[in-house]
Amino acid sequence: MKVTVTVNGSQIDAEVPDRTLLVHFLRDVAGLTATNIGCDTSSCGACTVLLDGRSVKSCTLLAAQADGRSVVTLEGLANGTGELHAVQRAFRAEHGLQCGFCTPGMVMAAVSLLQENPDPSEAQVRTGLEGNLCRCTGYHNIVRAVLAAAGEREAR
Amino acid sequence: MSILGTRVVRTEDPLLLTVGGTYVDDLRVPELTGAARVTFVRSPVAHALITGIDVTAAREAPGVVAVLTVADIDDLPPPPPAPEGEPPPGSEAAPLPMGGPWAEPLLAVDRVRFVGEPVALVLTDDTYQGEDAAELVSVDYEPLPAVIDLDDAVAGETLLFPAAGTNVPVNVGAPADGSGFDGCDVVVERTIVNQRLAPVSMEGRATAASWADGKLTVWVSTQNAQISRFIFAGAFGLDPAAIRVVAPDVGGAFGAKIGADRDAILVAWAAKHTGRAVRWVETRSENLVGMTHGRAQRQHITIGGSRDGRIIAYRNEVIQDTGAYPRMSGFLPFLTGLMASGPYDIGHVETANRVVVTNTTPISAYRGAGRPEATAAVERAVDLFAAEIGMDPAEVRRINLVPPDKFPYSSGGGAVYDTGEYVKALDQVVTAAGYQELRAEQARRRERGDTLQLGLGLASYVEITAADAAGGETARIVVHDDGTATVYTGSSAHGQGHHTAWAMLVQGELGIPMDKVTVLHGDTDLVPLGTGTYASRSLQLGGTAVHLAAVDVREQARAVAADLLEASEPDLELDTEHGVWQVRGDPASSRSWAEVAAHAGPDGLTADVNYTSQPTFPFGTHLAVVEVDTETGKVALIRHVTVDDAGTVLNPLLAEGQRHGGIAQGAAQALLEEMVYDADGNPVTGTLVDYAIVTAAELPSFELLLSETPATSNPLGAKGIGEAGTIGATPAVQNAVVDALSHLGIRHVDMPATPARVWAAISEATASTATREGQ
Repeated sequence: MKVTVTVNGSQIDAEVPDRTLLVHFLRDVAGLTATNIGCDTSSCGACTVLLDGRSVKSCTLLAAQADGRSVVTLEGLANGTGELHAVQRAFRAEHGLQCGFCTPGMVMAAVSLLQENPDPSEAQVRTGLEGNLCRCTGYHNIVRAVLAAAGEREAR
Repeated sequence: MSILGTRVVRTEDPLLLTVGGTYVDDLRVPELTGAARVTFVRSPVAHALITGIDVTAAREAPGVVAVLTVADIDDLPPPPPAPEGEPPPGSEAAPLPMGGPWAEPLLAVDRVRFVGEPVALVLTDDTYQGEDAAELVSVDYEPLPAVIDLDDAVAGETLLFPAAGTNVPVNVGAPADGSGFDGCDVVVERTIVNQRLAPVSMEGRATAASWADGKLTVWVSTQNAQISRFIFAGAFGLDPAAIRVVAPDVGGAFGAKIGADRDAILVAWAAKHTGRAVRWVETRSENLVGMTHGRAQRQHITIGGSRDGRIIAYRNEVIQDTGAYPRMSGFLPFLTGLMASGPYDIGHVETANRVVVTNTTPISAYRGAGRPEATAAVERAVDLFAAEIGMDPAEVRRINLVPPDKFPYSSGGGAVYDTGEYVKALDQVVTAAGYQELRAEQARRRERGDTLQLGLGLASYVEITAADAAGGETARIVVHDDGTATVYTGSSAHGQGHHTAWAMLVQGELGIPMDKVTVLHGDTDLVPLGTGTYASRSLQLGGTAVHLAAVDVREQARAVAADLLEASEPDLELDTEHGVWQVRGDPASSRSWAEVAAHAGPDGLTADVNYTSQPTFPFGTHLAVVEVDTETGKVALIRHVTVDDAGTVLNPLLAEGQRHGGIAQGAAQALLEEMVYDADGNPVTGTLVDYAIVTAAELPSFELLLSETPATSNPLGAKGIGEAGTIGATPAVQNAVVDALSHLGIRHVDMPATPARVWAAISEATASTATREGQ
């Protein structure tokens, strides 16, 4: 089937098999490989992207379900001038990533979390990221990073 | 001020945070253009004879390039013969029962031995076609009884390897006769389980390969590109020079990606056999049965001592489940035995171990690899002993920890601990946590009969890192005539931050700023010799190699600079703040690294180091505080306070990250994780829905305390930090759960302490109390 998806601001028209998952569309059709696949049960969140501004697990949607809609992946998070998003900066400053595999999904989930709750408590951050698994960091510095990013937005 | 020892953010992160890493599935190199997708057909049964394979329908499915079975493997040399001779019983040799009657084939030949064992490969143009075609491969299985239970394995009614005549490839150590416990006032013994875990690196296994012009290139998600090259060379009968192995970004490994396993060899073989580039990226369900598992020991612990708290004797008798094929797990209980007595000064220590094969996924290294099992056993034993004599567990530890004046200390398990401040580590944790106040709060809750009971769990540990330090690690440093430097390292990062750490070492020694230092690793064309990353060896071996190469380059440069400045070498100094050479006290004479390197002539400034050393022994204490809901059995870890002394710290940010990750994995073993099989050998935790990976919501922030007792064996003073967390955290959390319930008469709860298991323990304890009261 034919789908049209706006990915990181660019419109992509493609003919794809009906069963194509959004994550495969992003990786194989749009050529954006930051978004990773970490499981086959919608458990890990490595494939989290923003669909019309809200976080979704892109392994759990068909590309067809994104037809006519807008997707932002990690590659599209920094603004056009290359300035990093507050969450990206905070993940580096707080050492919120190690192997980097969960990171694209974790960052997108954190962005979405802060959009919904700009000033979360530690417990709210922890609950809010429950759908994103990380095996390296023990989440300690991820939580620090999200709280730091929230603080930075507050300060602005 | 030197950059060494400071909190430097990672140079790896900008790419990872903007375009993501380049893992095997992300590679867009020309050699892999049009690569076929590999889908494995795996055994759905635990133990069976294969009586037929029909690939006709699969070969005709859309997009199919090839369907390969064992009948197609006609172009590989025979596997190497079994190593000769058995180690004598009780020998300190570490037996590795691989090959011979225990040989693991690439594809199952006429028998499958675990669910997930590779039976055939399907090559297709795309992934979805592969899943469809694999379904069409028809395999006839004639089921055999599955051996899952360890006692059944020992009994040997059903043999996995009939030619071996037994299911027990390793049996070392004398049987218990009790004489070692003569003179003890109190002897406590117990059988405990260190359950089977799945490593679950967020990136599973992945391999891509191309074969062109007599050269094989393999991209593999591995901890060791160089070791992998020798594995491929052996499997294919090729000269290693004809093979290039690349480890691109690796999305976590935790010991389960050491070298290259049979699946990776098969993928590379498929490229060589068909001439088509191929790529395989496993699914998570495939990963949970195909990637090696870890732990899987049953231990019988016996501890004895005096009523005033002195431990006199300890025995740990291990049965190691090795799964269907002995891989590294023949070695794991050897490490468990070596570290059996932990940080305690115990006069009499006995160890024994048996390794048994079962119809389950093979066991291998998982973050700690034999040492967490040792620590979990002895830490449970110490708490059982403390409970028996009615002494606080902190006090029993304080009495028995090896005192600082006894180092180097020859342990009862057979190790020589290098340096340590074990009592100090315990006291630091106890003080920082407010241990006495926590005990008071625990007493109040017990008095009130609160639903939420408090538990405090201690674990003091010592571990061995870089156990194979004699194998060494390589480094090469080249300083270029533009003033930049390149580091080639045999160490292989998969999240630890080697690029940052190695660049810090170069800046610290040479004054060449980090942003002018390029670190290269994980490509055998660039770094032909090296060992890789496991056993918490990287900084102490690989880092020291970089340090020594930098020192070598510095001294080469001194001679060149002397020539350039027409001064004598002793009169020259390197200003590492500014990265310039100058005549001592004469800044006007300064020459940059670029100028010195340019003057060095055609050979430039290059140093090669292969650093070998001795193992080191990090140590520490963890305190876990849990709340147990006595009505539901649910456990919440509410605080976790630790000292993890890994010698001199190069970058606290990285060291803390290693501790955090390990603590989470360790706590998860105590509370959540277990790979479970049913009696027929079917995995019942084969997806991430069933296998419980800990999430952010189930953990507190961790309270890390600082302690640095330098190692004496390497110039950096470094010990390993990668596995400390899993070693200390698991028994601390488990002990905390038991401690929360100790007033009910509960002395032990096996891991994982799930709500069901804790609730059952509470119910049983209260029922027996009621029975006693009713009598």
